[in-house]
Amino acid sequence: MSNDNNEVLVDVQGVDRVFRRGSEEIHVLQKLDLQVRRGEFLALMGPSGSGKSTLLNLIGGLDRPSSGTVAIGGERIDGLNDRQLAAWRARHVGLVFQFYNLLPVLNAQRNVELPLLLTSLSAAQRRDHAVAALEIVGLKDRNSSFPTQLSGGEQQRVGIARAIVTDPTILLCDEPTGDLDQKSGDEILSLLQALNREQGKTIIMVTHDPHASARASRTVYLNKGRLLAEKPE
Amino acid sequence: MSNWFSQAASVTAFSLRTIGQRRGSVLTTAVGVAGVAVVFVGVLSIAAGFRGTMQSSGAPDVAIVLRTSANGELSSVLSREETQLIAEAPGVARAGGVAQSSAELFVIINLPDKKTGSDANVPLRGVGPAAFLVRDRLQIVAGRRFEPGRNEIMVGAGAARTSAGLEVGRKIKLGNNEWDVVGIFTAAGGSAESELWTDAAVLQTSYQRGSSFQSATVRLASPESYQAFRDALTANPQLKVQVQRQSEFYESQSGALSGFIEIAGFFIAAMMALGALFGALNTMYTAVATRVREIATLRALGFGAGPVIVSVLTESMLVAIVGGTLGAGAAYVAFDGFTASTLNWQSFSQVAFAFRVTPALLVQAIALSAFIGFLGGLFPALRAAKIPIAAALRET
Repeated sequence: MSNDNNEVLVDVQGVDRVFRRGSEEIHVLQKLDLQVRRGEFLALMGPSGSGKSTLLNLIGGLDRPSSGTVAIGGERIDGLNDRQLAAWRARHVGLVFQFYNLLPVLNAQRNVELPLLLTSLSAAQRRDHAVAALEIVGLKDRNSSFPTQLSGGEQQRVGIARAIVTDPTILLCDEPTGDLDQKSGDEILSLLQALNREQGKTIIMVTHDPHASARASRTVYLNKGRLLAEKPE
Repeated sequence: MSNWFSQAASVTAFSLRTIGQRRGSVLTTAVGVAGVAVVFVGVLSIAAGFRGTMQSSGAPDVAIVLRTSANGELSSVLSREETQLIAEAPGVARAGGVAQSSAELFVIINLPDKKTGSDANVPLRGVGPAAFLVRDRLQIVAGRRFEPGRNEIMVGAGAARTSAGLEVGRKIKLGNNEWDVVGIFTAAGGSAESELWTDAAVLQTSYQRGSSFQSATVRLASPESYQAFRDALTANPQLKVQVQRQSEFYESQSGALSGFIEIAGFFIAAMMALGALFGALNTMYTAVATRVREIATLRALGFGAGPVIVSVLTESMLVAIVGGTLGAGAAYVAFDGFTASTLNWQSFSQVAFAFRVTPALLVQAIALSAFIGFLGGLFPALRAAKIPIAAALRET
């Protein structure tokens, strides 16, 4: 892959996602197209139930579209089976969650090392990578702290360190500041912005906080499963 | 592939580290499985002990002769002439010209049980002079042998342990006569240890049996002489007898009871195993439910479904095996060598025996525990593997 800034990294074409509840069909996404260029920091906004997270899950290979195509870096992922998707996620996706999703029995460093267990790195290499990632998020001195000993903001930093430790193709953040106070949220957004600007990370962030979307390089709006041309009133 | 194993090992390690947070339900499961192992080992050690006692009663070169229609010594009758024909048959071992054939009487007497004080059936055997040659594993451990022609009794070690008043020097009253207890003997753990022995001629008189006997126990020249001996007796028109090797005789005598104990043991253990299985299921479903988000996170990061299944199964089996091993160990400490006596339904008399916790029983109990753990973990493991990742990531 080139580092051409105009390269389309995420290419979503004509995607439908239909969920069934009994006999009822719920069209969460409808004929949706979205392109994200390499190096973009895209904010995905919209009211609850608009399909933001569903779209993020499709791009992250956590779910498959009912119809339409999803290609990341030119590779179609909508046809992969569960096992292939899992391997693909491990190589290409860094995930940041609203509630951090750290393993409580592991300290910060071990949590960050988790995705590296799926690589062929040695234990020493894994440790070095994890330490470096924790340094990037500003938690160099909290390697051995357990999640319960960390504040929400710190836990989210560990979550981001875990997401970037494999140097993924794309960073997907689902409401990364949704569980944080204003100050911690700002710090997390600054961190994401720095990762985008200084390290060229492509980031897609779901949020319904305008304050958060303001930090992104582009914002798109979803409503009832469709992308809107411009910001709704 | 090594990647798969290291994934499985990592996920299992994470899940085992959360056991402390779930110690209540984990402990309940372990104790439930331990209970199954205790009952399994306990009950089957009874059967193993009883069977072992009856098997060590018999030697392959000793034959027992009964009347054709008899299904045990109690219902058999042999006349003096018949016992003489038996002693003269080919294949019988001889020492100094004397046939090693013991014509024996077998009566049931009542003696108070040491533990309960109530009367229990005890076999009293009247034996001929050759009895000590035929049963060469018999050893006097206290006192002496009875003297022929006198009202003297020697007592098997098992009977001395379970029945009251059988110490050397004591007198017991049977029918109208008083008998002196003169000795205690062992018989290599065989069923003779549950018996009282006296002179056959004295017993015939005091129980008014005339000159009749009930069985003849014969030492053969060799185990191979059995066929010739048996053929000679069954072909003789003057005799209406059946011949069995002593080992087979006792085996058939014990088969019904040890079979019954085994079936009862398996049944009780199976019922308890079912209970423990539901305990394990519940524990592991809870374990999976409390870790849904964690499992979904690992899956989202790229861990496969296989390692998740392995981790749940491993935990479940580990808890069950630890419980089962503790239970089996407790059963070993509690039951191995524990002595008891039971009624042998074929002879309507007490057989004293010791519970035997054999290595095979311990292995079986632990294998059963592992199986309970496997079944108890299987469905929760499959559920864990099928967790919808996207939805479970947001569970709080």
